[in-house]
This record gives sequence, C-alpha cells and structure tokens, in this order.
Amino acid sequence: MASRLWASRAASYLRLSVFHRGFSSVVKDLKYADSHEWVKIDGNSAIVGITDHAQDHLGDVVYVELPEAGAAVNQGSGFGAVESVKATSDINSPVSGKVVEVNEELNSSPGLVNASPYENGWIIKVEMSDTGELNSLMDSEQYTKFCEEEDAKH
Amino acid sequence: MRGGGLWQLGQSITRRLAQADKKAVARRCFASEAELKKTVLYDFHIANGGKMVPFAGWSMPIQYKDSIMDSTVNCRENGSLFDVSHMCGLSLKGKDCIPFLEKLVIADVAGLAPGTGTLTVFTNEKGGAIDDSVITKVKDNHIYLVVNAGCRDKDLAHIEEHMKAYKSKGGDVSWHIHDERSLLALQGPLAAPVLQHLTKEDLSKLFFGEFQILDINGATCFLTRTGYTGEDGFEISVPSENAVDLAKAILEKSEGKVRLTGLGARDSLRLEAGLCLYGNDMEQHVTPVEAGLTWAIGKRRRAEGGFLGAEVILKQLEEGPSVRRVGFFSSGPPARSHSEIQDDKGNNIGEITSGGFSPCLKKNIGMGYVKSGSHKAGTKVKILIRGKPYDGVVTKMPFVPTKYYKPS
Repeated sequence: MASRLWASRAASYLRLSVFHRGFSSVVKDLKYADSHEWVKIDGNSAIVGITDHAQDHLGDVVYVELPEAGAAVNQGSGFGAVESVKATSDINSPVSGKVVEVNEELNSSPGLVNASPYENGWIIKVEMSDTGELNSLMDSEQYTKFCEEEDAKH
Repeated sequence: MRGGGLWQLGQSITRRLAQADKKAVARRCFASEAELKKTVLYDFHIANGGKMVPFAGWSMPIQYKDSIMDSTVNCRENGSLFDVSHMCGLSLKGKDCIPFLEKLVIADVAGLAPGTGTLTVFTNEKGGAIDDSVITKVKDNHIYLVVNAGCRDKDLAHIEEHMKAYKSKGGDVSWHIHDERSLLALQGPLAAPVLQHLTKEDLSKLFFGEFQILDINGATCFLTRTGYTGEDGFEISVPSENAVDLAKAILEKSEGKVRLTGLGARDSLRLEAGLCLYGNDMEQHVTPVEAGLTWAIGKRRRAEGGFLGAEVILKQLEEGPSVRRVGFFSSGPPARSHSEIQDDKGNNIGEITSGGFSPCLKKNIGMGYVKSGSHKAGTKVKILIRGKPYDGVVTKMPFVPTKYYKPS
C-alpha cells in the first residue's frame, strides 16, 4: 500500500495503531515492502497482498480495485487500490513484472483482505522480470521492527 | 453540518494526498498534538479504547474498539453516545435577540414556538453558507444555538461584528458562549428509553426539534431532541463537571447496548441520513437553495427577506438554482469527495462532495452537486474514480429512512 499512507504525516491523523490487538502478525517466509505489501516467492512467480498490519489500520475493506491480467507492474508503483469504509489507499507492487493472475474472489468478497490477508486475501500474482529487486525488500523480522517504529511515531 | 472536515480526515490518509487536497491537509495540520484542545471526556475516551485524532483543533475519538462498520450499524439497532463537546454552544439573550438573529439566518425565528428549534444556515452577503446550525428559541429573549467546531472562530467573529453594530443602534442583545458546558449526543432507538431512566421529566412529550431545560442525572441540562444520524435522539448540553458521570450513567443504563461512537461512524450515519457536512457539502459559495435546504427558509422570510444575501437567495428561489445537491448510488469503488460526475455522454456535470460505503445498506452512497436538469431521481450518471467511469444514479435522500420522533 502506498507508503505515503503510513509513512507520511497524514498517517498520524488516523493513528489506528495497534491499540487493541497487540502487534499484528507477520509471516516468516514472506518479503515485505515499506508500503505494507507482502510478496511470496516461488521461482519467478510472486504472489502479492497487503499485510495484516495494513488491513488492521484500514479497517473494513469494502472494495479492491484490481488490475487486468497481463498488465505490467513496477516495483514501488501503484497497481490498484483498497477502499475501506473511510479511506482509499494505493496498493504498490513490491516487484516488477507482468500480472498473470488476479484474485477475482475479491470482487465479491473484498473482506477477505481483512479476514485472511496472507492467504485467501491475496491480490495479484506476478511473473517477475527482475528477481534482484527482492533484495531491497524486508524480511519478517525487519518488517515487524519497521511497523513498531512506525507506530511509535504516532 | 457538524463540520470541521471529518471527510478531509478520511481523505488525508488517502493516496490523493499528493494531488487532491493539499489545502485541506494543510488546514488539518495547523495544530500540533500538544496544541490540540481536549474535551472533559478525553481520559474517558482513552480508557474506553478511543483512537484519538486531530479534528478542528480538538483531539477527538474517530472510533473506539468497534469498527466503523459495526459502530454505524449498532447506532441504528441500539444506540450511540457521541462526545460532541468540540461543538460550540451559544446563547443569545436580550429582548431583541430574535430580530438580531434573523438578520443572519434564513429561519423564521420569530415564528418558532418557545421551546422549539430548527436547522438553519448563517448566510453571507452573497447568499453563501457561513455555517449551518441548530437554533432553538428557548423563549422570546433567549436563543440557544450550536455551531460547528471548525467554524467556531469565524462564526463568533461574524456574530460579534453584527452584534456590535446592532447594539450601537440601540438593539438589546448579548451572548454567552457555553464553554462551561459539554455536549453529548445520544442517538438511536434506545436513546429515549435509556435517558428516561435518568430524568423525571416525561420524554415522550418532547418531540423532534423540541428543547427543554431539565435535570438529568442530577445536573441541569439543555436537552434538544435532535441529532446528526437520522435516528431519534438527543443532544444534551451538560455542565462540564457532570459530563463524565452522565456519559457513564447512560452507558450503564443501556446495559452496554448504547456504545461510545466516534467521528468515523458519525460521518457514515449522517451521510446515510443525507445530512450535509459543512466544509464538504456546504461551503461559503453554496447557497441554502443549492444545498437543498430551501425548506429551512421560513415562509415569512421568503416574502420579507431581511437576511444577508437575501436578494441572491430569493432570486434563486424564483428562477431555480443552477446547481443542486443530490444523492447517488454508485457501482465500483465508493465515490469520494472531488470525484467528477459526468452525464451519459461524458460531459462534466458536477462533483461529489461526500461519499463512502454505507454500512447499513452495504452499498456505495454519495452526495454532490450537479447542474439543474440532471438532478432528478433516476438520472443515470458516470462517476470518475481514478480516471475510470463507474455507473451512478441520482437517488432521493435520506438513503436510510429517518426515524425522528414526531407527534403521530
């Protein structure tokens, strides 16, 4: 999701931090972007979604704007959007490549992003053009620390 | 009404930051955390899990433990208690307070029965809205009104300026700003039964828009049967030293069914009820006629004028306004403020001013301004969101039927 969303001063407005649920969960083998997307790697293929932390901040997701299969995505650039009751937020791609599949389930059940951010709430599958980009992403430990620091700021 | 820009708050966390509403964001940024004002319920909010955000210079709860979705639905099924102490309560007193106020607002204040009130609009010389406000004629020499937190400074300056001029001509009017009081809004089907536990007065005799000064939970309160949700309910002006006790008593008497509710759900509720948020759906350049508040212009006022901007407004009444506020249902992502509205040929016909997903209807609702001619219910439109057109249809408001307590 847009790093602007969380990292900017605007984020301090909606400090929907981890008040009531303790720290959000992360999954060990995934890679994370500072704009709060995760990516699961299998060879050249990458599945992308938003993190538990992100869905928790956003609240009830009511709409997910998906790209078309075949669309090109670039690392750090938006490819879609997540809408909650109150807010709109970009989803950025953690990797560059071509979208090979989108999670059509989200059209009828956008709430999967809340209920199952790392499994059924996945968003797109990308055929990566440069696996070297993965080096710039965080692992689960780094990401947990990153979230803690970000929440502490607000 | 009840503005200050909750919507900007929502917008400010959107990606549109970069392009859309720099002005709104800058406006929200004027106060650092330390400068924010706190209501007397601040610690109570924190203790109840309130997530505090800056709003119109105040630190206010946007939500508590419940999601905005659940909170909104609970208000309509059971009830909500809101701290709206950031809003500014004001009394105008003196034997000329009514003719004085009538110079500034569109309502037939003189025609109100004592103990009744109405929604009104403070207008400027061009007929635009300075603010909206619920005003009550307590008696002939006492008006009680509540204005938006975000408009407090400009409203008070506006009233003061005109009051000075009026007094210098011998008019008898003075004001008292009720900073010694706090304001709670109790809304929803359980509002009346719960509040009845806390007062000896018979609330079944107090109808929508009516006002009474009475003892509630041991404190002298100003009670108005009004609200900003479309539900039956009350706004209770309570001495600040009694506010926390009253809030606790209300929650207790409801056995947990009435829940503390934040500004997030409040915005969803008012949007579902088709009510304006000043700063979004109504602004300086928008007249009450354009905003669909023609009903609030008293008959006598239409005939006589005598309020700021009356010439513009009376002319619009005669000729019809060129733009009008309307409601929409839409497909795709929820429309947000500033989304462009087009006709079916792709011509720009207006702009969304508030929009979101309706927690109660489970679909997208919005309101905005369109050119007259495109304002009729059933008119098909396109709403542009992130460059893509989505289907919308002009819809009558309120989106969710209102349940005001009126004599049957």
